Amino acid sequence: MRIEYFQLIDRIIDLDLSNLTIRGEAAVPTASTIFEGHFPGHPLMPGVLLIETMAQTSGWLIIARTKFEKMPFLAAVKDAKLRTFVKPGQLLTVSSKLVHEGSGFMIAEAGITAEGKPICDASLTFRVMPFPSSTFRTSMEELAQRLAFPVEAMANG
Amino acid sequence: MPSTFETVANIIAETCDIPRETIKPESHSINDLGIDSLDFLDIAFAIDKAFGIKLPLEHWTQEVNDGKATTEQYFVLKNLCARIDDLVAAKGA
Repeated sequence: MRIEYFQLIDRIIDLDLSNLTIRGEAAVPTASTIFEGHFPGHPLMPGVLLIETMAQTSGWLIIARTKFEKMPFLAAVKDAKLRTFVKPGQLLTVSSKLVHEGSGFMIAEAGITAEGKPICDASLTFRVMPFPSSTFRTSMEELAQRLAFPVEAMANG
Repeated sequence: MPSTFETVANIIAETCDIPRETIKPESHSINDLGIDSLDFLDIAFAIDKAFGIKLPLEHWTQEVNDGKATTEQYFVLKNLCARIDDLVAAKGA
């Protein structure tokens, strides 16, 4: 994670556009000013950032589904369950599945595990719209490359 | 089998916690029932699933924004239900 840059996914491990699923990997940093505040002497990954981690993973799935034509923006979080604590240094596996493709919106069910144990899950609604600018789209394409975004899967999906 | 309006009204009542008896065919989902755009996504999701369709919200919104349609044409419930019936019929055609 580049947690201070709010980039919470390190790598996309798997993208399956026939089943509309994605799996990513996220390594919680061993140190961050975030942990100095949350909490002093008892560092824990904030639950809201776990939700954002699920949202970003789901977002990449949506970007792939729309063949990089549209950008998802988180609109609603439902039934979020933060089941256990996450500590600095833990390696997380983030999964998401698109369960509905509406007109201008999509819904994903996402979850995080660590060493096979469930950490959290939520239902996420995204507004989906054309990229606001070509500059923004280019930035996202560059970020996708850093995450090993499987472009060939998008082309074949 | 419930009518399209009954199904839609029940969806709205349950999704937005609006008393069922206040939901009428003449009700405007935004102006009368106070449903905002985010709430409407939940309603659209439920309608899409219930009827096996995809409400063309983007197209409707664009038509309203372009002045080619009024919100009444799409968001007064009896009109919304007519659109739903058309989409269901088109799916079966």
